[in-house]
Amino acid sequence: MIDVLFSMGTPPLAIGRMWFSLPLLVAVSLVYSATRHERMGPILVHAVRFAAWIVGFMAIILVVLIVLAWLT
Amino acid sequence: MMSTVLSEPENRLHPAEDSPRIDLKDRHLAAFLGWLIPGSGHLYQGRYGKGVLIMVCVLGTYFFGLYLGQGKVVYASMRSKDRRLPYLCQVGVGLPALPALVQSYRVRHGKQPLWGGLMAPPNLDRSITAPDTSGNSIRHPDQLAKWHYDLNAYFELGTVYTMIAGLLNILAIYDAWAGPMLAVPNDTSPPGAPT
Repeated sequence: MIDVLFSMGTPPLAIGRMWFSLPLLVAVSLVYSATRHERMGPILVHAVRFAAWIVGFMAIILVVLIVLAWLT
Repeated sequence: MMSTVLSEPENRLHPAEDSPRIDLKDRHLAAFLGWLIPGSGHLYQGRYGKGVLIMVCVLGTYFFGLYLGQGKVVYASMRSKDRRLPYLCQVGVGLPALPALVQSYRVRHGKQPLWGGLMAPPNLDRSITAPDTSGNSIRHPDQLAKWHYDLNAYFELGTVYTMIAGLLNILAIYDAWAGPMLAVPNDTSPPGAPT
C-alpha cells in the first residue's frame, strides 16, 4: 500500500511539499495557544499538545487517502 | 474605556495557575491596533510576550506566503471573472494587506499600479505570449493564467499562507479585545453547596 506514496523509488512531489506545512503547524499552534493562556509556559505546553493533535489528525487523513488510493 | 480581566476566584474562566490580572486598557483601541499591525494591540496593553509572539508568527506566516507567491497572491478583486475571496481572509493582517486596496482602486480607475505592481490585480483583458523555460512561446489567456503557470503550486501555497495569517490574526484580535478565552473548568462549588 505504501508504494502508492513512494512509487518508482522516489517520493512523490507532494511529500516534498508537505514540509511547507511545518511552519504553518508551528504558527497555528503558537497563536491558537496564545489565545487560550496568558503566560508563556502554559502557552508553549498547550502549543506542543495542539501541534500533536494536528499532526495526528493529518496522519489519519493521510491513512484514509492512502487506503482510498490503494482501493482504486 | 478601561477593561480588566479578573483573576481567580473572581473570574472562573481563568484558572489560578494562568490568571494574572490583565488590564485590557481600551479594548476597542487594542483590537483595532491588533488588526492594523498584528501583535501591536497586545503591546499596547503591556502584554509584551504575547504581542511579540503573535507579531512574529502572524507576520512571519504572511510575509513567507507573500514571498512564495512573489507578491502576486495578495490582491483585491471582485470582478465577475476573478472574485478574489481569499483576500477577505488576507485582510485580517491589516496594514500589510491594505496596499492591495490601493492598487485595486487605481486599476479600476485606469491608473498605473504603484510599487512595481505589487499586490495589483491581474489584467484579465488581454492575452500574454511569453517564452517558457525551454524557450517555447506560450500563449496565456490572461495575466492571472500566466501567474499560475509561472508560480505553479507556489501560487496556492502563498495564498494559503497569507490566508491563514489573516485568520490567525482574527483570533489574536479577539484575545486583545476580551483576554484569553479558556474552557469553563469543572464546577468548583464547595462540597454541600446547593446545585
